[in-house]
Amino acid sequence: MSSLYQAIILDHYRNPRHHGTLARHTHAANAHNPTCGDRLEMQLLIKDGIIEDVMFSGSGCAISQASASLLTEFLIGKNPEEARRIGKDDLLALLGVDLSPNRLKCALLSLETFTKALKS
Amino acid sequence: MLNTHTIKHHFPLFDRHPSLVYLDAGATCPKPQEVIAAEREYEEAFSTNVGRGLYPLAEATTERFEAVRSQVARFIGAESEREIIFTSGTTASLNLAAALLAPTLRSGDHIITTELEHHSNSLPWIELARHSSKGELAHTKNIPLRLIPFTEEGSIDTDQLIALIDSKTRIVALSALSNVFGTRNPITDIIKRIRNRNPETIVIVDAAQMAGHFPIDVAQWDADLVAFSGHKMYGPTGVGILFGKQALLETLRPTTFGGGMVVDACAEPTEYKESPFCFEAGTPNISGVIGLGAAITFLEHIGFETIRTHEKNLLTMTLTRLRENFGDQIHILGTDDIEKRGGLISFTLDHIHPHDLAQILGEHDISIRAGEHCAALLHRKLGLSATARVSFGIYNTEEDVEKLISGIKNARTLFDTKTPLHSSI
Repeated sequence: MSSLYQAIILDHYRNPRHHGTLARHTHAANAHNPTCGDRLEMQLLIKDGIIEDVMFSGSGCAISQASASLLTEFLIGKNPEEARRIGKDDLLALLGVDLSPNRLKCALLSLETFTKALKS
Repeated sequence: MLNTHTIKHHFPLFDRHPSLVYLDAGATCPKPQEVIAAEREYEEAFSTNVGRGLYPLAEATTERFEAVRSQVARFIGAESEREIIFTSGTTASLNLAAALLAPTLRSGDHIITTELEHHSNSLPWIELARHSSKGELAHTKNIPLRLIPFTEEGSIDTDQLIALIDSKTRIVALSALSNVFGTRNPITDIIKRIRNRNPETIVIVDAAQMAGHFPIDVAQWDADLVAFSGHKMYGPTGVGILFGKQALLETLRPTTFGGGMVVDACAEPTEYKESPFCFEAGTPNISGVIGLGAAITFLEHIGFETIRTHEKNLLTMTLTRLRENFGDQIHILGTDDIEKRGGLISFTLDHIHPHDLAQILGEHDISIRAGEHCAALLHRKLGLSATARVSFGIYNTEEDVEKLISGIKNARTLFDTKTPLHSSI
């Protein structure tokens, strides 16, 4: 059985990128997955139609935290319209794994937080 | 002594999955060959309905079905088979209990349950209280629900419970064994104390986690209603029991109507059968009941003393090995007093989420449970979003425990930032 815990997920879980809070942000949101207790908060700095910076914080399982970390890397430098179109399959491609429906919710929490932040 | 290696061969699941380490009996037990064979025998050789047919096959089915009712009655120390209602499981039993008792509630009454209950023994009472406060029950209004906290060792705070019992306490619903803490509540003592304060209070016991691990003795407990499932005691899914004292059942009106529960459907008012038959409308899970009978025979053949000795050995070993290996990084819920514990242990481990732990162990064929275990209130009270739970059955071996420990060690290494990462595991 191939493991869900590939190097990329473990690496991002153990050393999350863009973890913390921004000194200045234009958009922010938090989201919560009640079944696992995963929590995420995301802050965006959008300037001149570009996502200049993203930071996240939170707690939860490796999948939820690693996917948030991977997503922040993906988002920086994109324009918000382009970033808004990122879907489940793109996120799974970033993670490099297939997820069971239960664990998919953990991964999708980062997208949910980002989408909420864009609307904020 | 239980020969676990022989026992394991009674369970076809382990023949199909020889390397499976199954540590989730608290969710459901694998079924022994005897139970599967009994269900199959019914489907193949007796597949007829109960209680109605006048031809030999249907009569034989009815006889076998009713024989299980008597068998269950003996198994739990009921006075009569008339006290045994077949349901689809503990959840259905507890919901039935709430529905049956709803019309008996009077204004000013209150219901008591506890903060350690499984959702199936909290939500029916929460809903009953909520509906009554909206005046949706014909005879009642505003029935408050009172929640009793649990102690540090994971049992019901009996003193607080008793202090709340007064002449208006209509219902107390509590579990015999917590599905998260694993702690056994002193049911006999609690019920005796409730009776001293208010002999009229109806006491309902959720015995889902007791069944199959300890004898259930409704007479010794002196409980009014007791609920448990077949599938947590090596029987089939989709069959459960609601025991009710006959004197109580005779005062309750059916809540589900249809075939098999009526004497005269043309009479005004309709004349229903006596209990328990008036509470079993429709065709029951016949193969499930037949299978449950086989599960009881299987359990009685092994004997509860043997089962308890076996589970105590595994418990002691697991608690010791967990503490030896993970020291202050592991947080075990409930008591360390084995005498007060049933065969399950819930815990959290620093730096690894229970879901990740369960997933990694699953990748190594070790099945444990992670989450809230249908006890959200308990977890919220503890400030935890999830716990990992290991629960034992008679097929578990010391080798299973060793595999669990090394599986957890593996998972910890994976999540330890000090160990270098490999390309894959």
